[in-house]
Amino acid sequence: MGGLRDLAREDWDILVVGGGNAALCAALTAAEAGARVLILEAAPKVYRGGNSRHTRNFRCMHSGPLSVLTDRYGEDEYYDDLIRVTGGETDPNLARMTIRASEECLPWMEARGVRFQPSLSGTLSLSRTNAFFLGGGKALVNAYYNSAEDLGVGVAYEAEVTHVALSGDAFSHLSVRQGDEAAEIGAKAVVLASGGFQSDIDWLARAWGPAARNFLIRGTPYNRGVVLRDMLDQGARSVGDPTQCHAVAIDGRAPKFDGGIVTRLDCVPFSIVVNAEGDRFYDEGEDVWPKRYAIWGRLVAGQPGQVAYSIIDAKAMDLFMPSVFPPERAETVEALGAKLGLAGAKLAATVAAFNAACRDGPFAPTELDGRGTEGLSPPKTNWARPINTPPYYGYQLRPGVTFTYLGLQVSDAARVQGAAGPLRNVWAAGEIMAGSILGKGYLAGFGMTIGTVFGRIAGREAARHAA
Amino acid sequence: MRPDPIGEARRQIEICNACRYCEGYCAVFPAITVQKSFADGDIVQLANLCHNCRGCYYACQYVPPHEFALNLPAALAEARLESWERFAWPGGLARLFQRSGGAVALALGLGVALLFAAIRAFGTGEGEGFYALLGHSAMVAIFLPAFLLPLLALGVGLRRYWREVGGAPLRLADLRAALKNAASLRNLGGGQGQGCNFEAGDRFSDRRRRLHQAALYGFLLCFAATASATVMLYIFGLEAPYGFLTPPKLLGVPGGLLLAAGSGGLLWLKRKTPKELGAPSAWSAENAFSALLFFVAVSGLALYALGGTVAEAALLALHLGGVAALFLLTPYSKMAHGFYRLAALARDAQRVRAGAGDRPG
Repeated sequence: MGGLRDLAREDWDILVVGGGNAALCAALTAAEAGARVLILEAAPKVYRGGNSRHTRNFRCMHSGPLSVLTDRYGEDEYYDDLIRVTGGETDPNLARMTIRASEECLPWMEARGVRFQPSLSGTLSLSRTNAFFLGGGKALVNAYYNSAEDLGVGVAYEAEVTHVALSGDAFSHLSVRQGDEAAEIGAKAVVLASGGFQSDIDWLARAWGPAARNFLIRGTPYNRGVVLRDMLDQGARSVGDPTQCHAVAIDGRAPKFDGGIVTRLDCVPFSIVVNAEGDRFYDEGEDVWPKRYAIWGRLVAGQPGQVAYSIIDAKAMDLFMPSVFPPERAETVEALGAKLGLAGAKLAATVAAFNAACRDGPFAPTELDGRGTEGLSPPKTNWARPINTPPYYGYQLRPGVTFTYLGLQVSDAARVQGAAGPLRNVWAAGEIMAGSILGKGYLAGFGMTIGTVFGRIAGREAARHAA
Repeated sequence: MRPDPIGEARRQIEICNACRYCEGYCAVFPAITVQKSFADGDIVQLANLCHNCRGCYYACQYVPPHEFALNLPAALAEARLESWERFAWPGGLARLFQRSGGAVALALGLGVALLFAAIRAFGTGEGEGFYALLGHSAMVAIFLPAFLLPLLALGVGLRRYWREVGGAPLRLADLRAALKNAASLRNLGGGQGQGCNFEAGDRFSDRRRRLHQAALYGFLLCFAATASATVMLYIFGLEAPYGFLTPPKLLGVPGGLLLAAGSGGLLWLKRKTPKELGAPSAWSAENAFSALLFFVAVSGLALYALGGTVAEAALLALHLGGVAALFLLTPYSKMAHGFYRLAALARDAQRVRAGAGDRPG
């Protein structure tokens, strides 16, 4: 592919802003319909694919066994699962349409090179609802880029869109920067699929508060929300809480960006969690980890310095997936506290108080075993075994941001809504509009579902407009 | 290359174990996920189980410049190479022939020179065909040790391997599983038969698997041709040369053609693959090894085609010299990979058998 100015001279039907799953689904759909499509991906090639690079599965409705999916997963059950995590903060019509459309997406994905595999070890609970990508999200992204290349779709890497030029209710061109080069590229239609703003730490800090500067960003550093901001500044209608992001508790030693799946820590239910002062602050055994890991991001974010420490003993070490960073380890709780940078005596006192509150009873790591503490505040309501078997281990926890909720409002045809009504030739797909459906919480594999469904709709509608 | 191949492979495998996205590609990942910590022997087993299909590299979100800097195919290739050098007996020979293409070429030259000298010294003019050029007992005197000594050395190496990876007593079922796996090269199939990522970047292609199997089956056919000739001579008293419709030719000609196509094709394919996804220090020796296979195949075919002409003596020396070099280098060259790979597959079959239904959640 030539330089930016060469690209600007070509005659494009559709420009796709972004290079992840939603962008690729839009580009493939439009190109298959005969449109001339150019993808503008802000990341370099090795980091292409946005947060899709870190994903691993696709939540899919199905009325019977489908590809690697077992049994059935009906619309109502799927919708109930969504309502449970969002607490009702969703657009019911868009949500149900997305769920229904997911079923036909899976064979569509396979036909474009995506391969699925049975549920990964340690994720058997998802084998009915979520189809896992063979090799993960980057393999999916690679398959789509190859299919796009075969269709003659243009791709420009390190091409950052800085402005979407609108006149009235219509898009005219994009301002694009690539290294030292800048150009204006026009087309008949544009699909915005450039993700959320979670990697713009200043924006995050303005929205959430200064504590957000201590957050880690689990995914791509390229989702800076430049296009989202530009569209909102031009009066596009928004959805989603502008102050909120989805954050989970991850290993505090993870890189600032792009740590992805390996930085997760699943030890919390089998541990006690203390803050920098050495005090416990929440019931670690409230529910099984898959149902609780999401709230711990917020909990840790509320602690001094946005940091916490999960403390276990030798008994618990084999109960959870290995972490990428080895834990701190010591023969006494005091020594462990010192290694973690905590007051050792204080940590020992917290552990002793916890141990004294533990009761005997059966311990069952994979279910709510009801083995709670007595007379402890806050209590630990399940899996409360004394921490008394050396060596002792400790992990640092910090909030890891997965995505932001603020997005562009879209119609059920993925059309972006301007101040004075729908824009004529602007569509959106993926994280940039996901807040319409996922207003709160998170449902595993649902981000990829929204991206695929709306990417395909946006591509189809844009191609129809351009034809 | 990092200074400590096993340590570097361990660092990467521990990251893989916290991710597991690649579980469906090959046998390496399921073998990783049943463990939490990895002793040196575990790393060596995983390294030899890896077929270098590279699927995991292209699917990996942590490849350089990411600070986790994962390149598992290369890390395992380096650990594998280091293990072959350690297991080989005598060890120094492996360090030479696994890393230096020049040394492989030199061995070929020595083999050919040896055969020329032998023909000059022992060519009796009696007997028919090749035996007129090189007497039967001279042939046996050269090739019996050239066949048996490498087998002995390989046996020592494999024993060391088995001990290091903690293998249990071998059962027939383990061997059968390993051979079945090798026969289809399932681990170069990407998990779903789509092939590997060798010469076409992140696109899958089955070329490498097909070419490798052409070379493998071609070699086995050639070997069977030689064995059948031995049987015809010693059991039935039938002396060479053999006609086209005899086992040595019916096996040997297709075998030679397959071996030539496979080894030549692999050489050609290797020019299109990024060096840094394997063990770069083995690059020249790997190429030289494929070239040696190609040389043996083509010289054998030429010997058959031009038998009875003035070129026959020279071709016989070239071909038998190549065969001698190939056999003698087996424990120390890329040729050894097949034997260690079989051992790793057999060991993995033991793991699967022992751990059936016993994977942690």
